[in-house]
Amino acid sequence: LNAAAFQLALRAAAALHCQIPSVTRWDRKQYYYPDLPKGYQISQYDQPLARNGYLAIDDPQGRFAAKRVGIIRAHLEEDAGKSMHDELLGKADSRIDLNRAGTPLLEIVSAPDMNSPLEARTYLSELKLLLTYLGVSDCNMQEGSLRVDANINLHVTTREGQVATPIVEVKNMNSFRAVERALAYEADRQFRQWQQSGHTLGEVPKQTRGWDDQQEITKAQRSKEESSDYRYFPDPDLAPAITTAEQIREIGGGLGELPAALRQRLQDQYQLSAYDADVLVNQGQKLVDFFLEVANDCGDPKQASNWIQRDLLRYLKEHGRNAPLPVTSGRLAELIRAVNAGRLDSTRAREVFAHMVEHQTGLVAGMAALGIREVGEDQVRELCRDLLAANPQIVEDVRQGKLKAISALIGQARQRNPNVNPNLVRETCLRLIEESAG
Amino acid sequence: VNLLDHSATELLRLLASRDVTAVELCHACLVQIEQHDAAIGAFIRVDRVGALQMAEAIDHRRAVGYPVGRLAGLPVAVKDILCARGGPTTCGSRMLEDFISPYDATVVERLKEADAILIGKTNLDEFAMGSSTETSAFGITRNPWNLACVPGGSSGGSAACVASRMVPLAIGTDTGGSIRQPAACCGVVGLKPTYGRVSRYGLVAFASSLDQAGPLARTVEDTALLLEVLAGHDSRDSTSACAEVPPYATTVRQPLDRLRLGIIREHFAEGLEREVEAAVREAMRVFESLGAECIDVSLPHSKYGIATYYIIAPSEASSNLARYDGAHYGYRTDQTAMMKELLDERRGALEAGMGLDGPLVRMYCRSRSEGFGAEVKRRIMLGTYALSAGYYDAYYLKASKVRRLIRQDYEAAFTQVDLVAGPVMPTAAFRIGERTGDPLAMYLGDLYTVTTNLAGVAGLSLPCGLTAEGLPIGLHLQARPFDEERLLRAAYMYQQATDWHTRSPSS
Repeated sequence: LNAAAFQLALRAAAALHCQIPSVTRWDRKQYYYPDLPKGYQISQYDQPLARNGYLAIDDPQGRFAAKRVGIIRAHLEEDAGKSMHDELLGKADSRIDLNRAGTPLLEIVSAPDMNSPLEARTYLSELKLLLTYLGVSDCNMQEGSLRVDANINLHVTTREGQVATPIVEVKNMNSFRAVERALAYEADRQFRQWQQSGHTLGEVPKQTRGWDDQQEITKAQRSKEESSDYRYFPDPDLAPAITTAEQIREIGGGLGELPAALRQRLQDQYQLSAYDADVLVNQGQKLVDFFLEVANDCGDPKQASNWIQRDLLRYLKEHGRNAPLPVTSGRLAELIRAVNAGRLDSTRAREVFAHMVEHQTGLVAGMAALGIREVGEDQVRELCRDLLAANPQIVEDVRQGKLKAISALIGQARQRNPNVNPNLVRETCLRLIEESAG
Repeated sequence: VNLLDHSATELLRLLASRDVTAVELCHACLVQIEQHDAAIGAFIRVDRVGALQMAEAIDHRRAVGYPVGRLAGLPVAVKDILCARGGPTTCGSRMLEDFISPYDATVVERLKEADAILIGKTNLDEFAMGSSTETSAFGITRNPWNLACVPGGSSGGSAACVASRMVPLAIGTDTGGSIRQPAACCGVVGLKPTYGRVSRYGLVAFASSLDQAGPLARTVEDTALLLEVLAGHDSRDSTSACAEVPPYATTVRQPLDRLRLGIIREHFAEGLEREVEAAVREAMRVFESLGAECIDVSLPHSKYGIATYYIIAPSEASSNLARYDGAHYGYRTDQTAMMKELLDERRGALEAGMGLDGPLVRMYCRSRSEGFGAEVKRRIMLGTYALSAGYYDAYYLKASKVRRLIRQDYEAAFTQVDLVAGPVMPTAAFRIGERTGDPLAMYLGDLYTVTTNLAGVAGLSLPCGLTAEGLPIGLHLQARPFDEERLLRAAYMYQQATDWHTRSPSS
């Protein structure tokens, strides 16, 4: 037995609030298929390692009410190989990739508690986030380390009461977005199908359909050439695994701070909005840690959050989510402090940030490289006097109450000296105009 | 005395003192094999060149004073169901005729670490399914005591080559008696260790919850020595036990004080041949003369042993052998012929309006039909049936419950006595072909041995007499789990007091 895989599965089970039985065992699920080299899959049949848990989901935008999605069971099994069927042009070529055969796989079965494609997508996102926080999996769907099969049917209200449409299992979805779209498509298709055929749950066998991402439709899949009698029996090569109450307590205590708790803490301790907390936490542990460092260092969580969401996330979007962070938390905190102290205006601050990122430098070097020197108040006053003298029309406009006219002066000031703080220029000009009037 | 009449323990002494070289010993074994194995058929393959090279290397290391392993220079034969890297492991089956093992079984690895000479792979019933070594795809093995008789099985090759002095030591495997029964038939010592005592890694699985590899030798001392080398935990087998390994080779010579020996009442019931019973009862008297107390004990569920075994073992076998499907390795049917057959049948089926299975299912069916022999197919069908939906509870589940009762029988007996004793099999070796048409008669021969595996305890077979016809009779001793030490000490006491183990087929 792969002890590390078992430990990770128990972590996931504990984080999903599951009951973890003291004894769990593995069974052989037997069928013939070329991607299954042993002729059976080691799986768990009637004694899975976890049962009866839940995962809470919520939508900060309020599109659905917060709820708990039940977890019926979670079990650890081995992956089969990958079959690729090429049936184009009448060929019957099949290729088998056995590289992933035998690797541990945790199957998590949720209860039918989701009532919309959005809820399903949110559940998946939250589950993925939880599993990445726990270090259970990198959950990379493209590489197959997270896969989703979704079961869906409709409950249609008719004059005679509610009827349920036959359940369909949808496979082949390679992103959460695809899951959401496939389910939306399938809901629509099932409604039309029901209107046409009138078939309800139990009247036709369960169907498996594959999502076609190009055409954005689901298609009925060919069923495997196998009988449905899997002849499960306990795997005699693997001893049952015993988990003591103490071990379960230890696992529960060692989970660390999980996404839901972290979101709450960012709101309570750092006064972030629910939305901001959600965005940061959803980016993963690494980014949250970075935020906490910056916020604690500069003392302005709101600005820390803004900088991360606006500038850092854009960088990560361009360079890949797993790219190393381009700036240290200390340097970003220093930048925020400089802005808050009025030493930099926000426009120039972003130029400095871009430079710091590009050249891996700090604030001082960045400012120096961009030729930013702080401009003294005397200098600003002198500059403003010159500008006012040269622009009597603007002075007149301002006196008439058109305060917006001052913007033109700010532009001119920046042309003469790019380092002047625009706010300071505005205030100084207004004060001078006032003084001259007095 | 002929060199090959020496026990392994004596040979080790001669090798250590350099009175004999490993090459001389290996050569003597190869000559003996050459002279007798054409008639007996104990080996599927003999690695002459490899064995002599290994022997030469050991001699060289001894000559320069380099440390050598526990079995340095001793030729050992290995049943052809244990993987040895770089060579074929056929399991006596067409299915694996061309299979080259890419790794060593732990048992083989430990033999290599002990500097044993791996001289060849021995014949067996196909996938160890049988009690006569008649179901091998590569020919039968004959009993060295009487070439018209079977050597027992399934480790018949291993027992026969030890009995006929081709090698001093051999490895067998025992799922329902496959070490002990051929040991009894061939007049040698065979030990089925406690389940979990010896790693199953690299032992091609027949019934995973019952299989166990173990030693065959001519003396108990040699058996103890070989077990000491084989036993111990292995992280690659999750059913291998973490229990400590006692120094069997040393403690085996210590006699047991006031041994309490349980005589299994059910093993002396109807069906036991009188000559066999007489020899076993005489062995009990020998033990009494050595200070042992013989106590009548009962294993009340013994009568369900065969039925239980022939549900559990085939069930597991049907699953373990599913991997031989022609898709990945092992025998695959001739695909050109298959496709032609399919096309021909398709025409007929179209006309008759019948469905037809596709090439994949056809390939599975043909490969398995052609690659497996009759006995293996019989057990696959038995097991598949027993595990099928609707039958599982009545067969597999029920058998699992009876298995627990059988284990409890042993536990109860071992509260009264140290070891239990009886015959290994109801008869001596039977004639070749006598039972091949009657599987039930063949299965019933395992009556006394299958419960050992079902209970997971240790069992040992040692020679205790000869029939009037001159065929060996085996005494069966069984011990608590992981009590091989006591088992071996008792058996050694017996051999010290008797000379059955010194008899040879040629004398």
